[in-house]
Amino acid sequence: MYRYDSTDQQIIDQRVAQYRDQMARHLAGELSTDELRPLRLQNGLYIQRHGPMLRIAIPYGMLSAAQLRKLAEISRRYDRGVGHFTTRQNMQLNWPQFEETPEILAELASVEMHAVQTSGNCVRNITTDQFAGVAPDELTDPRPYCELLRQWSTFHPEFAFLPRKFKIAVNAAAQDRAVIRAHDIGLDLVSDDRGEIGFRVFAGGGLGRTPILGKQVRDFLPRRHLLSYLDAILRVYNRYGRRDNMYKARIKILVQALGIEEFARQVEEEWSHLRDGPTTVPDEEFARIAQHFAPPPWETLPSPDPAHLTRIEADRAFASWVKRCVHAHRTPGYAAVTLSLKASGTAPGDITDGQMIAVAELAERFSFGELRVTHEQNVVLADVRQRDLYEVWQIARSHRLATANIGLLTDMICCPGGDLCALANARSIPIATAVQDRFDDLDYLYDIGDISLNISGCMNSCGHHHVANIGILGVDKNDEEWYQITIGGQQGKEAAIGKVIGPSFYAQEVPEVIEALIAVYLEQRTPSERFIDTLQRIGIDPFKARAYAGRDRRRPARIDSREKEVVNA
Amino acid sequence: MPRIIRNGSIVEDDWQVLTLAEGETPAGVTLPAGRVLLPLSVWLARRDEIIAGNRQIGVWLDSHEGPEALAGDIDRFAVIAVNFPKFTDGRSYSSARLLRERYHFAGEIRAIGDVLQDQLFYMRRCGIDAYALRADKDIDRALAGLSVFSETYQAAVDQPYPLFRRRPAPGSA
Repeated sequence: MYRYDSTDQQIIDQRVAQYRDQMARHLAGELSTDELRPLRLQNGLYIQRHGPMLRIAIPYGMLSAAQLRKLAEISRRYDRGVGHFTTRQNMQLNWPQFEETPEILAELASVEMHAVQTSGNCVRNITTDQFAGVAPDELTDPRPYCELLRQWSTFHPEFAFLPRKFKIAVNAAAQDRAVIRAHDIGLDLVSDDRGEIGFRVFAGGGLGRTPILGKQVRDFLPRRHLLSYLDAILRVYNRYGRRDNMYKARIKILVQALGIEEFARQVEEEWSHLRDGPTTVPDEEFARIAQHFAPPPWETLPSPDPAHLTRIEADRAFASWVKRCVHAHRTPGYAAVTLSLKASGTAPGDITDGQMIAVAELAERFSFGELRVTHEQNVVLADVRQRDLYEVWQIARSHRLATANIGLLTDMICCPGGDLCALANARSIPIATAVQDRFDDLDYLYDIGDISLNISGCMNSCGHHHVANIGILGVDKNDEEWYQITIGGQQGKEAAIGKVIGPSFYAQEVPEVIEALIAVYLEQRTPSERFIDTLQRIGIDPFKARAYAGRDRRRPARIDSREKEVVNA
Repeated sequence: MPRIIRNGSIVEDDWQVLTLAEGETPAGVTLPAGRVLLPLSVWLARRDEIIAGNRQIGVWLDSHEGPEALAGDIDRFAVIAVNFPKFTDGRSYSSARLLRERYHFAGEIRAIGDVLQDQLFYMRRCGIDAYALRADKDIDRALAGLSVFSETYQAAVDQPYPLFRRRPAPGSA
């Protein structure tokens, strides 16, 4: 993974000093609350329902074991011994002390980490495929491009005060695991007919109040032009994105208002002034960064590993785990492993300090000391020998990290919701818990098979409910928590936004409604169909009818969240 | 006399910012004596008269006003100010870069409006070289804001080469 040189380290150290000074001036009354807010947000510090929340950057989800150990130590010393992984592959601490945040940032800097631009109206953490570098369906490793973008976006002087937040994701695989079209800019790595690497560029995607999939701005951008082209997009957005209404300030609204052709024309016009300038990236720089992501010293191993096959035969629980949590690797004899953070009874994406240490040890022993955070809020060991899988499973299981539910109904993406977040209209975690309780039988889950269920506590859509097969959105109606359900969303190359099935439900109805939706699928499916396939074939109506059957629906709960869809608290 | 930061130090400065009061029009407003930063609308309405006045010309752009309107006359201005109505309105960073990098404006670019210490570094990088700090702030302390980072990743006005074209080779000091 990328390691800082002295310049990178100096920049991050100076950032800590800057923030320390800002906090000191604030506490001395020289920097008002309003003046501090955007500054602290660009260092990841929110003020939430119960106090501060600190969002720590994990660039494109890559962590070393040493960094995870430091996160464990920080969570124990400065928080309550729990971290929460987010859909931007970051980690949130929910209980830090406001005055201690400069110390936390200094601790992070000691392991080449920070909280730079994890919030605020600026370019946020770049995200990518959790299987980058090992996925068999990958064109090339996307991480060097992500790192290039990290550096470009870090303290970009022109784009620190955009109309609104700005999210970029990069995909290089046949299956888009980074949901790039749900981003302000989505970058799809492709090669042209001469084998030159470049990007298909999408812009104007985003979830939130107005979910829209990104549209293509350019079908092929040679990689050397990446930064100047993004400068052009960002400049058009910075100058012409709306600033009069925060709900209409994302780039998707500008793209929609101009139309993609006119938007692309303006970008190309701007780019005509910038292209081929000093920001053009030379091959040597790509090579320099790529060295940091050179494959680890994989051994030459038999594939499949015979002992591994024997254990699958012998141990049904292990076999189930392998089926759901072990993924193909480009190198014979190796596999990638997802450690599930979706055990029943725990908040999705939460990891305790003890689990962090356990994962760090697993990474050190079995996966070259590195790991990745997934946008689905799990953790991946990317380079495990097949013959070690059984031992990894046993250790992971002893730390409740081996729930065999990856890609199943209980592998939910879920925001912290109203229990913690000041923006939420409703709680999310109790809904997740109720779903876990209702669907705690693994055999039943296996029978249902591949499905995604995501939960957001408000319109900001941090839980990505729009792109789930079943999406749950918390809404507020006269101070009561209601839940609106969408179906038909999906991630991947066929990304789609789900459709609302009708009036909202009470919290206690949600598990029953999900059960009803699942029942329609189980009755109607053909042997090879996933939930989404059946839904696409038979349409939304049978699902809708079953969901509301026998329910005495009061008038529809109107979505009443406008005033609560606040930007950053 | 008011004090501003210019080229890294604090200096006295007598440029006044003209804003149109309620009911005043660009064509009708009285142009004060002395050195005046004119609203773009006044410059556009009375360009010939102002040029004929044979004095140093300054103009200010609001955050929604692009520098394109000044392109043909760029060498006539001693000062172009860019306004930050709120410090969170980032449009004038783009305006400043365009003035320098596209229109090759060599005179002073001054930040006016909600100008605060913690944005000076970004402003400097975008080609702003004078800063009329918000009046209630300590201008002497704010100077430190110009030099928060000693190295930067991106190309900008202050450093036209991105770090990847300047990065020391591994192992060198």
